[in-house]
Amino acid sequence: MSETEKIIKGIQFGLLSPDEIRKMSVGAIKSPDVYDEDGTPIEGSVLDPRLGVIEPGQKCPVCGNPMGVCPGHFGHIELVRPVIHVGFVKEIYDTLKATCRNCGRLKLRPEKGSTCEEFKSEEEELTLEKAYRILKAIKKRYPLAAKRLIDHVKKTAAKQEVCPHCCAKQYKIKIEKPYTFYEERKEGLVKLLPTEIRERLEKIPNEDAELLGFDPQYSRPEWAVLTVLPVPPITIRPSITIESGMRAEDDLTHKLVDIIRINNRLEESIRSGAPQLIVEDLWDLLQYHVATYFDNEIPGIPPAKHRSGRPLRTLAQRLKGKEGRFRGNLSGKRVDFSARTVVSPDPNLSINEVGVPIYVAKILTVPERVTKFNIERLRQAVINGPDKWPGANYVIRPDGRRIDLRYVKDRKELAASLTPGYIVERHLVDGDIVLFNRQPSLHRISMMAHKVKVLPGKTFRLNLLVCPPYNADFDGDEMNLHVPQSEEAIAEARELMLVEKNILTPRYGGPIIGAGQDFISGAYLLTVKTTLLTKEEAYTILGVSDYIGDLGEPAILAPNEYYTGKQIVSLFLPKDFNFHGTAKISSGPRACKTEDCPHDSYIVIKKGILLEGVFDKNAIGNQQPESILHWLIREYGDEYGRYLMDNLFKVFIRYAEMRGFTMTLDDITISEDAKSKTKELIKQHEEVVNDYMVKYNEGKLEPIPGRTLEESLENYILDTLDKLRNSAGEIAAQDLDPFNNVYVMARTGARGSVLNITQMAAMLGQQTVRGERISRGYLNRVLPHFKVNDKSPEARGFVYSSFRSGLNPIEMFFHAAGGREGLVDTAVKTSQSGYMQRRLINALSDIRVEYNGMVRTTYGDVIQVIYGDDGVDPMRSAHGKTFDVNRIIERVVGWKR
Amino acid sequence: MVSDQIKEYVSKKVEEYKEVIPENKLGELQSAIMSLEIDITPEEVDRIFELAKEEYLKSLVQPGEPVGIVAAQSIGEPGTQMTLRTFHFAGVRELNVTLGLPRLIEIVDARKTPSTPMMKIYLKEEYKNNVEKVLEIARRLEYTKVQNVVSSIDIDLANFALILTLDPDMMRDKGVSFSDVVSALKKLKLPEHEIEESEEENRITITFTNLSDIMTLFKLREKVLNAKIKGLKGIKRAIVRKEGDEYVIYTDGSDLAAVVELPEVDTTRIWTNNIFEIQKVLGIEAARAHIVREIKRVLDEQGLDVDYRHILIVADMMTRDGTVKQVGRHGVTGEKESILARAAFEVTVKHLLEAAIHAEKEEFVGVVENIIIGQPIRLGTGMVELTMRLTR
Repeated sequence: MSETEKIIKGIQFGLLSPDEIRKMSVGAIKSPDVYDEDGTPIEGSVLDPRLGVIEPGQKCPVCGNPMGVCPGHFGHIELVRPVIHVGFVKEIYDTLKATCRNCGRLKLRPEKGSTCEEFKSEEEELTLEKAYRILKAIKKRYPLAAKRLIDHVKKTAAKQEVCPHCCAKQYKIKIEKPYTFYEERKEGLVKLLPTEIRERLEKIPNEDAELLGFDPQYSRPEWAVLTVLPVPPITIRPSITIESGMRAEDDLTHKLVDIIRINNRLEESIRSGAPQLIVEDLWDLLQYHVATYFDNEIPGIPPAKHRSGRPLRTLAQRLKGKEGRFRGNLSGKRVDFSARTVVSPDPNLSINEVGVPIYVAKILTVPERVTKFNIERLRQAVINGPDKWPGANYVIRPDGRRIDLRYVKDRKELAASLTPGYIVERHLVDGDIVLFNRQPSLHRISMMAHKVKVLPGKTFRLNLLVCPPYNADFDGDEMNLHVPQSEEAIAEARELMLVEKNILTPRYGGPIIGAGQDFISGAYLLTVKTTLLTKEEAYTILGVSDYIGDLGEPAILAPNEYYTGKQIVSLFLPKDFNFHGTAKISSGPRACKTEDCPHDSYIVIKKGILLEGVFDKNAIGNQQPESILHWLIREYGDEYGRYLMDNLFKVFIRYAEMRGFTMTLDDITISEDAKSKTKELIKQHEEVVNDYMVKYNEGKLEPIPGRTLEESLENYILDTLDKLRNSAGEIAAQDLDPFNNVYVMARTGARGSVLNITQMAAMLGQQTVRGERISRGYLNRVLPHFKVNDKSPEARGFVYSSFRSGLNPIEMFFHAAGGREGLVDTAVKTSQSGYMQRRLINALSDIRVEYNGMVRTTYGDVIQVIYGDDGVDPMRSAHGKTFDVNRIIERVVGWKR
Repeated sequence: MVSDQIKEYVSKKVEEYKEVIPENKLGELQSAIMSLEIDITPEEVDRIFELAKEEYLKSLVQPGEPVGIVAAQSIGEPGTQMTLRTFHFAGVRELNVTLGLPRLIEIVDARKTPSTPMMKIYLKEEYKNNVEKVLEIARRLEYTKVQNVVSSIDIDLANFALILTLDPDMMRDKGVSFSDVVSALKKLKLPEHEIEESEEENRITITFTNLSDIMTLFKLREKVLNAKIKGLKGIKRAIVRKEGDEYVIYTDGSDLAAVVELPEVDTTRIWTNNIFEIQKVLGIEAARAHIVREIKRVLDEQGLDVDYRHILIVADMMTRDGTVKQVGRHGVTGEKESILARAAFEVTVKHLLEAAIHAEKEEFVGVVENIIIGQPIRLGTGMVELTMRLTR
């Protein structure tokens, strides 16, 4: 390798002195014109060829490097009159105030005392020498304290009206934003010209400057007043050629031309002896241009505009903000070897895999070094070339030359010439490790490593179980894919980022990947008591798994042989696994706390055999800590977790397919009997509401302390209507068949809740905006359909209808109003929580665990002596606990219980 | 039942594992085994301890783990799932309390005062069951101004007098007697005046004897209205609620420093949601503990499961130098040593210009800086500084 690795140890910030600017410059830039008649850049203009190479194929006249290698070189402009650097106005102001206008010394009392009569100071006041001593002592160790000392020095010194060193009377200095200074002399306000300011700053001795926060070696105060302006290399302000052959210059180039033009005019005026007024006007104009060159958003002055009226994007604007250099290009970079497309589901893939379209696989490459072990395979890849998968796109010879296979005439010949030491950039093939990511990348599992599976089609495919960490669905989501290029990166990705190693989330120490939706329905249906499978059926559903082995004896032998679903599940469980616990369906009338459970809602697994209970969300669901799935992964490893999800979970789906699983209108239709009961309920509750309203009108309503009467009424009504909806829901829940598919989904936690069923079958209930009944719209009523000041439920957004029965137009309007709030809420929330997270990450990004278990920042500050008080990693913990005592006992003796 | 023999064996085992497993965990394990209702063999006890050791060692955090970033992500990620609204505090429908995302932001922002400050005041054993007494204390807390109990205030321009008509309903509600108002007025520093009381009519007339300026009279009217009768500044309302077997005072507004001075208050259980007051009155450790509790409370209330350790890191970072520091520009991030890290966060240009004037040096120690220049960061696998020497 010809490249040597260099490490940046540090960057010293500072001000450029005029001498230094001249020293690093390739020449003075004087010409305001950029091109001569035949369109070549003029030497001595802002596009001087010495400033860097702009056209491909050229060589830099200064360093001899071609484009892309030559970093560009600085030039300089000699300013005829000094101007103030806008960024340092505040510092200049503070410095002028704190130093003597005559002798330039810092106006602090010297230790030996002042010889001036008029000088007044209190005894305890800081002396110059003492301040200096303190600063020396604390500067290195306590930079923040030093900053405070400097502020104090500035404040004390600024108060002195007489210089303690030379006894000169001091005047108050005023500043007129953004960059004009005045002195309040006896004769009135006198403008301080930059020349005079610079002279004063020059007089400040080094020691005093240090006390004002300067570091004379790198930043002398007078350098904040510019006499020479560096001209940046063209590489940072390239001109662009539009199709018509017209050249468009960068904003910075425009600005520099402006500065040179005014500078030349100013020089001309001075030389020709123009009146002082004209000179000063031009000087001011020069100041304006230099100021906007640095920052074009200075408050108080109009921003410099392009001819089209667009404000120029000058230096500060380039750095600032989200799309600026720092956040846009340095903290977050664009990368090669990446792809992006729509994602779609594929339950046949392993959770570790990602389906990559063949088109993508032919463009993304992995550099593979030729060895005697892989030479035949790589030769074939080279022969296949860039268009036939699995081929290769580039070959890199040991001397570092890249050969583009698109332009190689005889690839067979090249393939034959491969020897160990060559590097082939071959196409992505099955088994390659790639990083897969979906934005917003809110946590580390938003980016995980997958193994490539090259597939036909144009979308990335992923296993449904991996949706929760990415928070992905398939309504058009797109995801990104990155190919690590070094062995080190590949190894790290595989060992740390692979999906199976991230099943447990560090957020709470539980599986974030696990069954959801149909997987849960399928698991429940398979494990429910009534499911009996013939041998053929058992084989059919086991066929999707990698299970090899005996089925065992059927649970039912006569009259026919039948296997239970529980037997199938048991085939996948480790032989020493014990578990006791409740299922999700164990609630309400079907709740169980012990093994003796008629509803099959208490799960018992002894020695790897599922004896009792159904598998539902509590057992295998995603984001369910302390579940069967969680313990299995914790105790038998990530790889076993992957095995379960790739095999057992597939069986669940297969069973659901075989049995059939759907939803019909009948599932959410309640009987006439229930309907009339609901009507009765509505009547009862309406009466209660009416009662409240009557009481309110009569002024007899008992107010809630701290609330107005009206607020209290609303509160009471909301409570009543909430009760109404709940009771209606209960009636519906009792009326519906608990084994209809919709109800099964809600009970097992596969999808939906009892509330959803209530809304579908019974009634939607109260629609709210900002937690209150909907009351805005027309004057004292929501819609013209109601009487003014009607406070009845239906006039304030109570929806009696269910989704099954359909909403009337007014109800639909209310529903839409409530729904709209949710949308607005989400929009606001994402921006707020996004910002909060950015701040948290920025504040905590440097914290790590040391080898001795201490938590420190990379700067060495101790944050915790032992991480989290017990040194336990949440991801490896048992839902936050170091280990679960009862679980450990269960593991050993659970089979006895 | 576990036999005595086994019990002895377990105790021996506990002794044996003392060096490996933390003591509290061992204790938990011991008592769990002791209370088993099934037979257990010594071999099984051995296995249990073996597993405990194995699980403990496996669960330890690995060196290099970027615990800060993981903590930030674990708290930030569920942010999108939180509500935006202010809710009625669990069961107390009288008070509005900021919860959810806005409250979380408020905590990490380290605001001087929360948007809905409130206190929960428990009382000492001898008072906590006495409703009358508790109500009396609550009333004493409520900051009541003359304004709150007058039904009208009239200005008699002819006599330069202020005529206050008191509202008996409001007075009863606030627990203020006529004489309380009068004594509050007497305490005021008013120019030469006479006070005429008429308790039957609920009227107080203040006549200024030596006044000629009407503008001053108007100003005095304001002064009279704002006169404090009783209570603690900052506590707008106090509500008594029964909680379990005792009565608790909830307040709208917070003044910890003053409330802890009250003799009836159980200072060991007092609670406020103002973190700065806690820092001032009880110190930084209390503030740290409180940040943890408040964040945990907000997350729990929203049903979000976030490990305790993540919250600890945030609180430790916020309080590490003895004062509560904001997570952000004016706190933790703003005080980073690295110029580039600060510039990359917010107010880019200012940080760069300051660095130039003060000739600061960027050392490339932190994460952000190293990402900016494309060097490996010193977390995780990037922390390893030892490399193998490959001999040819």
